[in-house]
Amino acid sequence: MNDAPAPNSFRNQPDDRGHFGQFGGRYVSETLMPLILDLEKEYNRAKTDPAFKAEFEDLLEHYVGRPSPLYYAERLTEELRKNAPEGPNGEKMGAQVWFKRDELNHTGAHKINNCIGQILLAVRMGKTRIIAETGAGQHGVATATVAARFGLPCVVYMGAKDVERQQPNVFRMRLLGAEVKPVKAGAATLKDAMNEALRDWVANVHDTFYIIGTAAGPHPYPELVRDFQSVIGKEAREQLLQRTGRLPDLLVAAIGGGSNAIGLFHPFLDDPSVKMLGVEAAGHGLDKDHAASLAGGSPGVLHGNKTYLLQDEDGQIIEGHSISAGLDYPGIGPEHSWLKESGRVEYTSATDKEALDAFQLLCRTEGIIPALEPSHAIAAVVKVAREMPRDAIICANLCGRGDKDIFTVADALGVEL
Amino acid sequence: MTRLANAFGKSHPALVCFVTAGDGPTDAVLDALVEGGADVIELGMPFTDPMADGPAIQLANLRALGKGTKTADVFRIATDFRARHPDVPLVLMGYANPMIRRGSDWFADECAKAGVDGVICVDTPPEEDAELGPALRGAGVATIRLATPTTDAARLPQVLETATGFLYYVSVAGITGLQQAATDSIEQAVARLKAGTDLPVAVGFGVRTPEQAGAIAKVADGVVVGSALVELVGQHGEDAPAKVRELTAALAHAVHSAKETAA
Repeated sequence: MNDAPAPNSFRNQPDDRGHFGQFGGRYVSETLMPLILDLEKEYNRAKTDPAFKAEFEDLLEHYVGRPSPLYYAERLTEELRKNAPEGPNGEKMGAQVWFKRDELNHTGAHKINNCIGQILLAVRMGKTRIIAETGAGQHGVATATVAARFGLPCVVYMGAKDVERQQPNVFRMRLLGAEVKPVKAGAATLKDAMNEALRDWVANVHDTFYIIGTAAGPHPYPELVRDFQSVIGKEAREQLLQRTGRLPDLLVAAIGGGSNAIGLFHPFLDDPSVKMLGVEAAGHGLDKDHAASLAGGSPGVLHGNKTYLLQDEDGQIIEGHSISAGLDYPGIGPEHSWLKESGRVEYTSATDKEALDAFQLLCRTEGIIPALEPSHAIAAVVKVAREMPRDAIICANLCGRGDKDIFTVADALGVEL
Repeated sequence: MTRLANAFGKSHPALVCFVTAGDGPTDAVLDALVEGGADVIELGMPFTDPMADGPAIQLANLRALGKGTKTADVFRIATDFRARHPDVPLVLMGYANPMIRRGSDWFADECAKAGVDGVICVDTPPEEDAELGPALRGAGVATIRLATPTTDAARLPQVLETATGFLYYVSVAGITGLQQAATDSIEQAVARLKAGTDLPVAVGFGVRTPEQAGAIAKVADGVVVGSALVELVGQHGEDAPAKVRELTAALAHAVHSAKETAA
């Protein structure tokens, strides 16, 4: 897998055709192709436009509440050290655990960073209507939020099953003025919502901007979502250097489509001393129902890009499963597929049960109720921190807060609310 | 490929009919299309995520997959069709993932062995031609490209560069089976396309009735009908072939005589 020589930089992807090695690309119908090319052109202009950058940063500061804090989780660190092995000088091992607090953003997750960037692009391109897909509803809420902020009508496609399971978020989106359209096609979950959003887009190409929620889809989406989310890693890098005087030893983030992870990782990719760990959702276990595309999938084409997918021998897509609706997607952003194959980032997985345990651990040790998505990252931290020396630094992305998940967690713990 | 050239080389416009493989009694439905007068057959490869299709063909995909239709079944249907109808061109239409799953060479080879004349891959634009195009063309299988109302003059040469067999003009920006475009806008679009290529131009998306098909046939080399036929298969199941034959005959009459009545 690591036969090819390491590239000079891990930060110069994708190529000008939108490929991350063999992954990525633009696998869309001809109707959308001219639009995708327009978006790419406009994004390239926006990237170098100081006014665009200034407006993005101003909204992130005053509307989203950035920079998000970097927090040293002292009690969690101590808790994990309790049953850690002893190091060479007889002291307990156990790395210091730090959190990038993106759950403190407006709307409660990292999703808003990307939505701000994309709606500014939509406005630049003169689009007057916004569409989005959503699984658990976090991206739908973030999109509805920015659409309200910019006074644009917004339609959010959501699997009919998810509409039922996530009523509070459906109501939030409606309060924010969005129209939530339940999708009954297929399995009626996130991938079907994405299909339906693509169908809407193809029929409304002239006035509609599609705000994709993760670092996937046709080029240039994986690149621009990564760039907008990279604010996470840029801040973390600066904050860690300022607070600890050095770079971290390990970054950890949960991965569904992978936008919070790529946002944290990307600014560190060319720091060879910084290891990175992406955590997929292992659901009931990798040998059962799960949503770990890298661990249990193979390369294929879906939703505009080539990437690792859960699929059968005929290329039919298999539904993902995770207790976390935000990780419940049968694909992954193409840059992660490339980072896996290049060996730069290591990927692992955490089961529903491990995530639930980590969720409760963080509640009790730090007084933070995390979303189920970063609970997967915390589960991985629990495993690896104990094996690392005391002066090692782990920075994990706490990419969402858990208010939305308390019903799911109560259900899983057998508690009736 | 010769079969495609012959079908579009007839003295009348061609009727191109789409049905989904594995949905209903596919072999008998294909025979009914030929008996009804279809000049080119498009056989849909079922996929779990048919994102360019409207409700009718989405449901057909789910019905076919629900019955356990595999890629091997699609090629079995194509191979048997070729044995029964040596001269009627057959084109596979579908999405990239099932086509590339075992590698593009494998897929191209299977197409050639089954007597498939061309492939329409909905989600592989010219920019990603390398994925399938060279393998298919190398095996003598046409790579049929889609042109749409959003394909502007600057982009058209790129679309045509790797197009073989015929050009499929998607008359509306949208998904299959819903809206229909105005005939005069289709006429202008076809003229624009034909100025750039010698390939025949077939027009589809939203064509449901013999009247619509006849009107489009006046200005195009072929007319594609899909959702209306697929709906009949969905409604009538095992009894669909007779209904499909009836609609196809009416469509064929309208399409084949369109240019006579225009004179």
